[in-house]
Amino acid sequence: MPAPKQLAQHEDLVTGGHRACAGCLPMTAMRQLLLAAGQDTVVGCATGCVEVVTTIYPYTAWKTPFIHNAFENSAATISGAEAAYTSLRKQGKIDKKINFIAMGGDGGTYDIGLQSLSGAMERGHNMLYICYDNQAYMNTGIQRSGGTPKGTATSTTPVGKVIPGKTQFPKPLTEIMIAHDIPFVAQATPGYPKDFTDKVEKALAIDGPAFINVLAPCPRGWRYPAEQSMEYARLAVNTCFWPLFEVEYGVFKVNRKPKEKLPVSKWFEGQGRFRHLFKEANKGIIDEVQAEVDRKWAWILKREELTQA
Amino acid sequence: MSERSWKEIPIGGIIEEAGNADSYETGSWRTYRPIWDAEKCIHCLACWIACPDSSILLEDGKMVGIDYAHCKGCGICAFECPDKISALEMVLETDAAAAK
Amino acid sequence: MARRLTLTGNDAAAEAMRQIDPDVVTCFPITPQTELMHKFADFVADGEVKAEMVLVESEHSAMSAAVGAASAGARVMTATSANGLALMWEIVYIAASNRLPIVMPVVNRALSGPINIHCDHSDTMGCRDTGWIQLYSENAQEVYDNILQAILIAENPDVLLPVMVTFDGFIISHTVEVLDALEDKEASDWVGEYKAMYTLLDTEKPATFGPLDLQDYYFEHKRQQIEGMSNATGVIKSVGKAYEKLSGRAYGMTERYMTDDADYVVVALGSTCGTAKVVVDEMRAEGKRVGLLKIRSFRPFPHAEIVAGLASAKAIGVLDRSVSFGAPGGPVHKEILAALSGTGHQTSIVNYLYGLGGRDISLDHIRSVFEELETVAGKTIAPNEVRFIGLRG
Repeated sequence: MPAPKQLAQHEDLVTGGHRACAGCLPMTAMRQLLLAAGQDTVVGCATGCVEVVTTIYPYTAWKTPFIHNAFENSAATISGAEAAYTSLRKQGKIDKKINFIAMGGDGGTYDIGLQSLSGAMERGHNMLYICYDNQAYMNTGIQRSGGTPKGTATSTTPVGKVIPGKTQFPKPLTEIMIAHDIPFVAQATPGYPKDFTDKVEKALAIDGPAFINVLAPCPRGWRYPAEQSMEYARLAVNTCFWPLFEVEYGVFKVNRKPKEKLPVSKWFEGQGRFRHLFKEANKGIIDEVQAEVDRKWAWILKREELTQA
Repeated sequence: MSERSWKEIPIGGIIEEAGNADSYETGSWRTYRPIWDAEKCIHCLACWIACPDSSILLEDGKMVGIDYAHCKGCGICAFECPDKISALEMVLETDAAAAK
Repeated sequence: MARRLTLTGNDAAAEAMRQIDPDVVTCFPITPQTELMHKFADFVADGEVKAEMVLVESEHSAMSAAVGAASAGARVMTATSANGLALMWEIVYIAASNRLPIVMPVVNRALSGPINIHCDHSDTMGCRDTGWIQLYSENAQEVYDNILQAILIAENPDVLLPVMVTFDGFIISHTVEVLDALEDKEASDWVGEYKAMYTLLDTEKPATFGPLDLQDYYFEHKRQQIEGMSNATGVIKSVGKAYEKLSGRAYGMTERYMTDDADYVVVALGSTCGTAKVVVDEMRAEGKRVGLLKIRSFRPFPHAEIVAGLASAKAIGVLDRSVSFGAPGGPVHKEILAALSGTGHQTSIVNYLYGLGGRDISLDHIRSVFEELETVAGKTIAPNEVRFIGLRG
């Protein structure tokens, strides 16, 4: 069961010297991911922040094999690599156990890469897909994605005189992946390292496709002080905006039930992208988001009760 | 890294040296510098597991310092350090340099 | 020992793939490529091949998975047509740029729109600058032979570029022909074992594939690709010679069919060459000095062979089965003009656009081209004076 002390026995497989912004929690997620996965792991990543900042030629921050292909196809790319491995192993040309991890940001996963992800999961490749969800297209300049929360100010959903930020609720990606009936689906965040790395270990141990949606705060896009990245990850969990739960062969398990469920406004506070929601005229949006958070949280708890029984 | 000719680099954009970003320094990005107090540190590793830049240096599972060549000064380490311990403090880089 | 087979072009391609037995085959169905993959799927289902077949959800993923598999050190094939090729376009470039020796039969079909399932060359001509080697096939025999040769060309360390083996949709893909195939052992010895220079599966010596390549190195990587494509010319010829030794069938960059003393030469690619050869035979019997210059390798483009093949021509008819909208003439025409420019060869060159969306081209059509060439010899033809064959006026 990896906790920092156990993980510290493992090699750090992502180096410094990458060009992520100061306080980038997606990069913390990458470190934690590979501390849990280990050296014998092939990593594929969609175009996006993580890919860009870690592989500016002739430098790479990856100490594992790494491939970037394009924006919408990291799942297809890794499914090809996994098929190659399966073929070569059957032929007796390779025997060691290798993990296959495909990744994308929320843009590369909720939006442009969803088809590729869905196909790879349906085909049953033995691979883990990690969505590092920072809730907008940060790499291209903070545009809204299908994963951006309702009410968020982004470059393409600015707070104008008429429209107060993004008007839609985010796509329920984790639910979509649960509906694929794959062996393992979970939500996690580097804000809870033990929970996240436990899930990575579990996902990699399972034979077949697995998916983890990882909330990874972005100080630049969310507009909070960089030192508070871990805190904003925890607040998302403790407001139940981002419940930590896992679904293993259809059985739900809620990994963290906050003792005191905080109002979602506690997570919004201090983030520049939500500042306008605290104006009197926009407070209805917070109420709407709160109602949606409550409804979803209750539904997760209900399914845990139903499936654990 | 000196810029090489097309005849000297691997084809297809391959980077052969795993983790060579380690030789690229991002320490000059810092505005604030984390200062570590070894006396106070309880080696809980809350800073290490949170650092986005792999800049908390460990030996045998214990913190031994900060990699200033790569630390960008985000301050996550100091924020994560338990309040009761406060073994990390952020200091303006200019002040830290002056103090040196 | 040759095995005489009676196969469609698609089945001939599948037969070559069975003998090559790649490690991974990725596939998404599109007419007229479908039967090629049906046949290969039969081989997989019957355990006749070891290939992992990845049945993806789009051509974009077919090429993406091919890139992933090839990066993992596998010998990889896929196949497509028209809109399928268009959908994978982005990754077609990446496969070449990452120097992955993927071999892909492309069953030529008109690009939409309007949607059409029949042959023209708009699909592969559209990606003539993607960095892929392109071999065009005249018939099922050439489909089979080209695919076997493509493996060696692609994987040659001085080349390391993907290869498209193209053949005309329905005209070749669905027509039954007699062809000679190698024995299985001959074919597997011919293709040998593939050993990738880099592989994702080497976790002891991990490499990064597909990095962000900016102003300081992108240009250098493109220069390397130019070199690989340039080296391909020599490799295509030497592989062709070796294959001739094995099979008795000769292959070069072009095929010169009675061009040595020809006054009038038609330049074409694909199945139309078979039709043109019949016309050349007929007209030669009538005492006319006519010939056909067939282009087998469109990328790399065989400048030297083109110049040699057209040396005696007083007039040349260039047949294009795709449009380069807004340009003076079709893609083959422009290449011929470029090849002859600066050679001092004074000749009249006429561009004919034909066969779009599967419109038939007959013996009479090609005869009328030769007859027109007799009348234009010595005249200057503007490059944008394109003639249309078989178009209602």
